[in-house]
Amino acid sequence: MQRIPISRRLFRWLGAGLAATLLAATPAGAQLTIEIVGGAGTAIPIAVVPFESEPASGMSSIIGADLARSGLFRVVDDAGISPRPYRGEDVRSADFRARGADAVVVGGTRPLADGRVEVRFALVDAVKQVQLAGVSYVVTPAQLRATAHKIADVIYEKLTGDMGVFSTRIAYITKQGTRYELIVADADGANPQSVAASNEPLLSPSWSPDGTRLAYVSFESKKPVVYVQSLATGQRQAIANFRGSNSAPAWSPDGRRLVVTLSKEGGSQLFLINADGSGLTRLVTSPGIDTEANFSPDGQSILFASDRGGTPQIYRFTLLSRAIERLTFDGSYNVSPRAMPDGRGFVFVRREGGRFMIATHDYATRQEQVLTQGPLDESPSVAPNSKLVIYAAQQGGRGILAAVSSDGRVKTRLVSPAADVREPAWGPLPR
Amino acid sequence: MRKWIIAAALVVLAAGCSSTPEKTDTPVEERPVTPATTTTPGATTSGATTSGVTGTALPTLHKDPTNILAKQRSVYFEYDEFVIKDQYRPMIEAHAKYLQANRGLRITLQGNTDERGTREYNIALGQKRADAVKKTLVLLGVQEAQIETVSFGKEKPRRDGHDETSWAENRRVDIVYIGE
Repeated sequence: MQRIPISRRLFRWLGAGLAATLLAATPAGAQLTIEIVGGAGTAIPIAVVPFESEPASGMSSIIGADLARSGLFRVVDDAGISPRPYRGEDVRSADFRARGADAVVVGGTRPLADGRVEVRFALVDAVKQVQLAGVSYVVTPAQLRATAHKIADVIYEKLTGDMGVFSTRIAYITKQGTRYELIVADADGANPQSVAASNEPLLSPSWSPDGTRLAYVSFESKKPVVYVQSLATGQRQAIANFRGSNSAPAWSPDGRRLVVTLSKEGGSQLFLINADGSGLTRLVTSPGIDTEANFSPDGQSILFASDRGGTPQIYRFTLLSRAIERLTFDGSYNVSPRAMPDGRGFVFVRREGGRFMIATHDYATRQEQVLTQGPLDESPSVAPNSKLVIYAAQQGGRGILAAVSSDGRVKTRLVSPAADVREPAWGPLPR
Repeated sequence: MRKWIIAAALVVLAAGCSSTPEKTDTPVEERPVTPATTTTPGATTSGATTSGVTGTALPTLHKDPTNILAKQRSVYFEYDEFVIKDQYRPMIEAHAKYLQANRGLRITLQGNTDERGTREYNIALGQKRADAVKKTLVLLGVQEAQIETVSFGKEKPRRDGHDETSWAENRRVDIVYIGE
């Protein structure tokens, strides 16, 4: 295992944000450690040259950190190249080839008369000596950070062929002492905002498909109750507060309904409910546990965990035919199915030899691949591009967040010195 | 069987401050009480005023620290199990008898699990344990309306350790009387 302590300035993933929210009492220079447990064998070496008139908050550093965090890129040091190129046509490929870079990012910012800023960048293939992309944006100063993520998305897409997810947000729960907080932050951990806090447990945050609302479970009334909260207004509503336990909310792809687990009619059973708490209907019936439901991306079926077969396994319920099909057969504990946005399969939690690990299931091949080692990995959540899975893990007796590429090759984890971090939920692409 | 009789006798004895304990089936919270009385649940209101208003003694046996109803509130389970072990029968029967005799009383059964397993699946597992205790109470004659079953999953462990001793303590259903 590589253990690489990296300065906060360079690597801001999750760490910086967590430091800001949770470690208010610790010195600002507290060192955070991102452990790159395993990297892709074919990381693309890329140089991200500091931008012309780069704002103090940084542009190139944010872009470089985004790309490196994906595990598919290795940022090459460009120090000493003089003069620094700021435009695609100024890049002398030989300078960068000498440093091992296959691709070069250059750019600059320029203040406009109306207070806004023009940001432009170019992506150059240093091997073929051609410009692959060049975009200009006109944004407010407050949007500079978002623009850096946008640029990283363009670069990622150009060089990997997959959609970038650097402009997305994540939600997660922190626990410090008896204080629970629901946090929403940028995918790199910046701009963390506490959207709900309680002295009783909070869990199971779930993003509405348009990213404007979060459903979650709160124990504040001494039992599990499902809330839906608007992120714009902070207003929330208990949408499932029935007799017994109310939990495991998951949105339908059209954002109109949620599937929830209720015990109101005995057992833990699946129900559909409108996002405003109306229109409750029972979904399936079993004598045992049905829970952790999750819609397929086309909205036609629902994955869930059930012990109807004796041990907890993953099943698929098709809404139109009402057919129920068992999907997992290996092992005695397969739970927490989360559909891949590309529709090809799902990630889930498997217990094997007493260890809880994140795994994937492919519909076409029925192949299952264990991605992590445990011992207590849970709450997987898939990025909108289906390439990365964020999950909760235990390290040193404390909860941390970790991410693994869905092929299992790239692994990163964040160790936060002060609080338990758990229940990550990857938000949708911004609209 | 002897324990059963003793427990039943205790119930009757303790409720003896009321002349008709078996008829206190009106929900406690709906019983009008005199304004002069304390708001502490379980306080008797009889003879507290001279206004002529009379109250009925509320059952308090479950608050008597020497009584099984106060001393034994937890049912423990094996890993991944929701079968109630025989050793908890007498205690569950005592609570059943008491709840039958006092239909105004309500309880919450709070299911819990150890830290192994996912949060949401453990909520379902804790629920199943709470439901198992409820089923036994109902079979013993307790009204369903007197019981709400909820689950805390692994979210509210009594012990924070990561060993079998802590896990065993956390795999449990607690009987909580409403108003406590």
